Amino acid sequence: MTDSLEAPNYASSWKKAPFIKNRFVRWLIIVGGAIYLSAALGTMNIDLDRVKEGLPRAQRFLDAFFPPNFADNRGVLWDGIAESIWMAIISTVAGIALSIPIGLGAARNLAPAWVYLFCRSVIAASRTFPEIILAIFAVKLFGFGPFAGFVALSLGTIGFYAKLLAEDIENTSASQAEAVKATGANWFQWVNYSIQPQVMPRMIGLSIYRLDINFRESAVVGIVGGGGIGATLNTSFSRYEFDTTAAILLIIILIVMFMEYTSSFTRKWVQ
Amino acid sequence: MPTIQNNSIEIWRRRTSKEQWIRWIFWLIGLSIIFFAWNTISEKTIWFFVQDAPNQAADIAARMVPPKWSYMDKLWQPVWDTINIATIGTVIAMTIAVPVAFATARNTTPNIVVRTIGLFIIVSSRSVNSLIWALILVFILGPGVLAGTIAIGLRSVGFCAKLIYESIEEIDHTQVEAIEATGASGPQKMIYGILPQVLPTIAGVGIYRWDINIRESTILGLVGAGGIGLQLNGSLNTLAWTQVSLILLVILATVFISEWVSAKVRGAII
Repeated sequence: MTDSLEAPNYASSWKKAPFIKNRFVRWLIIVGGAIYLSAALGTMNIDLDRVKEGLPRAQRFLDAFFPPNFADNRGVLWDGIAESIWMAIISTVAGIALSIPIGLGAARNLAPAWVYLFCRSVIAASRTFPEIILAIFAVKLFGFGPFAGFVALSLGTIGFYAKLLAEDIENTSASQAEAVKATGANWFQWVNYSIQPQVMPRMIGLSIYRLDINFRESAVVGIVGGGGIGATLNTSFSRYEFDTTAAILLIIILIVMFMEYTSSFTRKWVQ
Repeated sequence: MPTIQNNSIEIWRRRTSKEQWIRWIFWLIGLSIIFFAWNTISEKTIWFFVQDAPNQAADIAARMVPPKWSYMDKLWQPVWDTINIATIGTVIAMTIAVPVAFATARNTTPNIVVRTIGLFIIVSSRSVNSLIWALILVFILGPGVLAGTIAIGLRSVGFCAKLIYESIEEIDHTQVEAIEATGASGPQKMIYGILPQVLPTIAGVGIYRWDINIRESTILGLVGAGGIGLQLNGSLNTLAWTQVSLILLVILATVFISEWVSAKVRGAII
């Protein structure tokens, strides 16, 4: 009798459940991670003297931000910004124009298998290489200047936009497509009236997002000779005019901020 | 339903006249911007070079085959460096990004000033490309892997913090309330109520960013920040095209493997 009156043996303390449940995997990750980190840091050969030497330079660089110098190189600065903006716009437009047929072809519910495979491999190829490497080759082929940057960014856009477009098309509702097909629409009418309205809101948002990315990338294709603000930035840097560098960085940040706000606003408005 | 009257027969149209006009005006504005943009770019282009590009492309392509396989011996070290830059850079980024995300998310931020600072950190880290970070850091820390690693880290903070703070804002509040009802303090609420909910996101974001960072760290060498980009730059400058093609193949392979690893790991977590 007395046994049943005793409180059952509840646990009096509680331990947080681990994130990785399997104990072996957990320890494997921890130990493996530790070994890897020590190996990686060991081969990194950090030169502390050089770092110490760099600190005053960091100071000099930071000083240049207060105040940034917008005035001295005003002409080239605004030229560079304008070039970057136009380059971003035109390469987004060209990239999307190229992406639409490729995206349509890469959607499994629209295209036959061989078109699908071809378009998917185009997308994979464009996604693998960073825009900078595309830009290096574009500069080799087309010479210095914004045209090379334009080609590189357009090609880079394909991998991003066509992939997302294809995925979005694959997610569209099949019943709407069937309804339009039942009216006797041909292929173009079918795509235009059943697929396009379904993917349009997201695609508009994405194209603005891509414009934003292209502007940011346009700031670096200039480093390898692709024109735009990157070229100005690189020049100001190699001439040790850090106050101008600071001004350029601030302008880039402001424009990107502005674009981010516009893009989130537009996406809300479209959807 | 918008229709048009044509000899007393109603014909279906997609849009009303007003909508149609507005669309035309938007198209007109858009097309003029595009035209203007194209004009600006084309003014600065030497079209002779563009016409000559197919020949150049054929020439370079011919010089690039076959890849110089023996050069591979000298590439293992840079590949290892590249992976280290991406991995340690991601670790640095995540260490900074998690606190920044908690300071920025609307439901965990201490006050509006901290939130604004957090947002500014996120935006400035995201706007400045890793190559520009590397350019600055090579100047400060000297050329090498360290500059590249920190560049990748600084660049990734914004991206990771943004995704994490968005997921913190979307957590289920009933769980936090339940923890609060037990008399938990602020930090305890964070550890037991919020963190378990966002931990999968944090891990997922880290892996995702690592994958992107592998791609980015392949090019940092162009400005001297270590990794395989250094070899790429050297080979390009010496016009050693057979080495360039081998390096591109190595980058391709690295990116594919990292993408595969990241997809596998993310699949295991989520």
